[in-house]
Amino acid sequence: MNIVVCIKQVPDAKTVKFDQEKGTLVREGVESVINPFDYNAIEAALELREALGGQVSAVTMGPPQAQEAIREAISLGVDKGVVVSDRAFAGSDTLATTYTLAKAIEKLGSPDIVICGKQAIDGDTGQVGPGLAVRLGIPYVTCVNGMEILKERNSLRLKRMCEQGYDIVEVEIPVLITVLATLNTPRVPSLKGKMRARKADIPLWGVAEIEAESGKTGLAGSPTQVVSTSVPTFDAKREMLEGEPEEQVDALITRLKEAGVI
Amino acid sequence: MLEVNVDRCIGCGECEEVCSFGAIAVNHDIAVVDQDSCTMCGTCVDTCPEDALTLERGDDTRKASDLDAWRGVWVVAEQRNGELATVTYELLGKARGLADDLGEPLTAILMGHEIGERATDLASHGADRVLVVDYPAFATFTDEVFGNTLAYLARQERPEIILAGATSMGRSFIPRVATVLETGLTADCTELSIRKEDRALLQTRPAFGGNLMATIVCPNHRPQMATVRPHVFKAQPATTSPTAEIINVNIPEELLKSKVKVIESVQEQAEGPGLTDAEIIITAGRGMENKKNIALVEELAELMGAAIGASRAATDAGWLPERAQIGQTGVTVSPKLYIGCGVSGAIQHIVGIQGAEIIVAINKDPDAPLFNLATYGIVGDVKVILPLLVKRIKRERGIA
Ligand SMILES: Cc1cc2nc3c(=O)[nH]c(=O)nc-3n(C[C@H](O)[C@H](O)[C@H](O)COP(=O)(O)OP(=O)(O)OC[C@H]3O[C@@H](n4cnc5c(N)ncnc54)[C@H](O)[C@@H]3O)c2cc1C
Ligand SMILES: Cc1cc2nc3c(=O)[nH]c(=O)nc-3n(C[C@H](O)[C@H](O)[C@H](O)COP(=O)(O)OP(=O)(O)OC[C@H]3O[C@@H](n4cnc5c(N)ncnc54)[C@H](O)[C@@H]3O)c2cc1C
Repeated sequence: MNIVVCIKQVPDAKTVKFDQEKGTLVREGVESVINPFDYNAIEAALELREALGGQVSAVTMGPPQAQEAIREAISLGVDKGVVVSDRAFAGSDTLATTYTLAKAIEKLGSPDIVICGKQAIDGDTGQVGPGLAVRLGIPYVTCVNGMEILKERNSLRLKRMCEQGYDIVEVEIPVLITVLATLNTPRVPSLKGKMRARKADIPLWGVAEIEAESGKTGLAGSPTQVVSTSVPTFDAKREMLEGEPEEQVDALITRLKEAGVI
Repeated sequence: MLEVNVDRCIGCGECEEVCSFGAIAVNHDIAVVDQDSCTMCGTCVDTCPEDALTLERGDDTRKASDLDAWRGVWVVAEQRNGELATVTYELLGKARGLADDLGEPLTAILMGHEIGERATDLASHGADRVLVVDYPAFATFTDEVFGNTLAYLARQERPEIILAGATSMGRSFIPRVATVLETGLTADCTELSIRKEDRALLQTRPAFGGNLMATIVCPNHRPQMATVRPHVFKAQPATTSPTAEIINVNIPEELLKSKVKVIESVQEQAEGPGLTDAEIIITAGRGMENKKNIALVEELAELMGAAIGASRAATDAGWLPERAQIGQTGVTVSPKLYIGCGVSGAIQHIVGIQGAEIIVAINKDPDAPLFNLATYGIVGDVKVILPLLVKRIKRERGIA
């Protein structure tokens, strides 16, 4: 079984700050971490390997420093990993990202199961998983919150969440899934894993290695263009309602009535 | 990549100022780009008074040559079990204005099974045309059938804009359509408008969990596609005598095949409004202390017609179901009123509530971070405040 897990390095939500006045992201002290959902993707990949055999490869597109993310994945039990990195990939929107990731995954060998997180906490689109599946020519199931392996049918039975409840779906392998944080509890790295990670050889693949067509990657391959960005200011009036509990509640009711919400 | 012409740069710092990503710093009177932080958004290029910045976009080999052939605005109607999602009406309300600005018709796409009556609802909420695709394969949701059909229709009819709800369904199958059509897709928009000069759709969306707003265009590809966050736009009231053209569309059989099979669909909707549609949300945090006390929240919610949300601490404790969880790993909500009861306001939680108009925090710790975001704060014990609120509202309504 050839299992591929896609991971993205993102700014750690705990260290990211936004300068409201200047309207910018504060870069200083920001640490890079693996996107939280991608830990669940890694865990799902490891559980599938335990049940079905085979190997798990981790793929990330990012700057060379993203090797750290792959190293961490290996410490958790992933067999091997690759960083897809080239100046020509910078500025990718999701269409260019899925093209690039698909080329890298195809180079690794034809995948049986590909796993992504539900969304990345920075870009926040959730579009990479579905787009990648289309590029790879395999079906996909998003927002997976439960998983059962139907070995004899070479299929997965999945619980797909939606606003109204959930669907139970079945799909034959190969397939791509995007996973929710509630699917599983990610394991912690083992000592052996950490040793392996330290020694692991993590290749960097650029345009040449994945045989990407020019014009399909990075800015050139991205139909969407950002025209402007800003940091929203919260116009929180921030009024503390003082007094005895009865007075606090009275004050609140008065204000909510004025605002027309009750 | 972003390059600085050092001969032109005067080190004025305008670019540093405008960069939301902190990727430019003026050093010895010259702008220096940190290429790893640069997202190549190009905002600085337009700001530079000396034209010292250039962004090499490279060759876009797939640039559509026939942009003008794509006309009209589409709204993808979302239905489950024959019921239209409220976001569909909101989309029609917004798209009506966009279509008028462009001077083009507004078309609603309705994919479903035995849902003909819904076409009239779409017509009375602003659509000029409704394309109805009615086959048994649309009775349950699969990305392949819905996505491939929409892509097929778009190729045939060539709309310039396609809008869909940023719901679990829309966020799942719309990326398929954009990838098949090899066009741009902006996720989770909260603002849309038409740029007069070139008819471009300006699409504004939050990223970084709502900490950053980005305005995005798709200049060289059609259709321009966006998913739109529910509960942001207002639906128009229904007109009584709609004049829309309702067209039943036949599609090739092969579009109706799906490798993913839906075995069963389970409705788990709690009574009362769903979280993403709710106007009022009352959220229980760890400060509710135990499962029994959740009844206090339930009583208030019932009285106010509110939905019940939860922090992760409250769902982890099993007091409320997972689907009630709000935040980074839960749902994003944008109610008129959010009341946090014993919720501390961790960043992973508050990224999910920044669309709320009024935020009320009830917490016994005056230093709880949620107070920083709150419109109104009450320092107090939820076990005291919530019963008082219930009493006051009942009195207000003449119930007791
Ligand atoms: C402010 C801002 C707004 C943006 N808005 C849009 C937009 O509306 N539309 C658009 O097309 N692009 C947009 N982009 C670009 C987008 O963020 C990038 O294309 C990014 O590479 C992938 O998108 P995401 O972060 O949304 O990932 P998501 O689609 O949210 O990620 C889902 C999963 O895909 C996998 N994955 C994602 N990225 C990678 C990666 N680099 N390597 C390996 N696996 C990965 C992970 O498993 C992840 O959990 C925006 C960027 C910025 C900075
Ligand atoms: C990757 C990741 C993703 C996460 N995603 C989410 C997410 O999507 N949503 C989410 O909510 N969390 C998420 N979390 C968890 C988050 O970091 C917080 O731990 C969580 O939100 C805390 O919930 P809480 O506010 O209910 O509990 P606490 O932080 O424990 O706060 C309880 C509050 O109640 C107050 N209190 C106690 N007793 C009373 C009383 N009797 N009356 C009034 N006030 C009282 C306390 O003063 C305190 O402020 C995530 C964490 C991680 C690491």
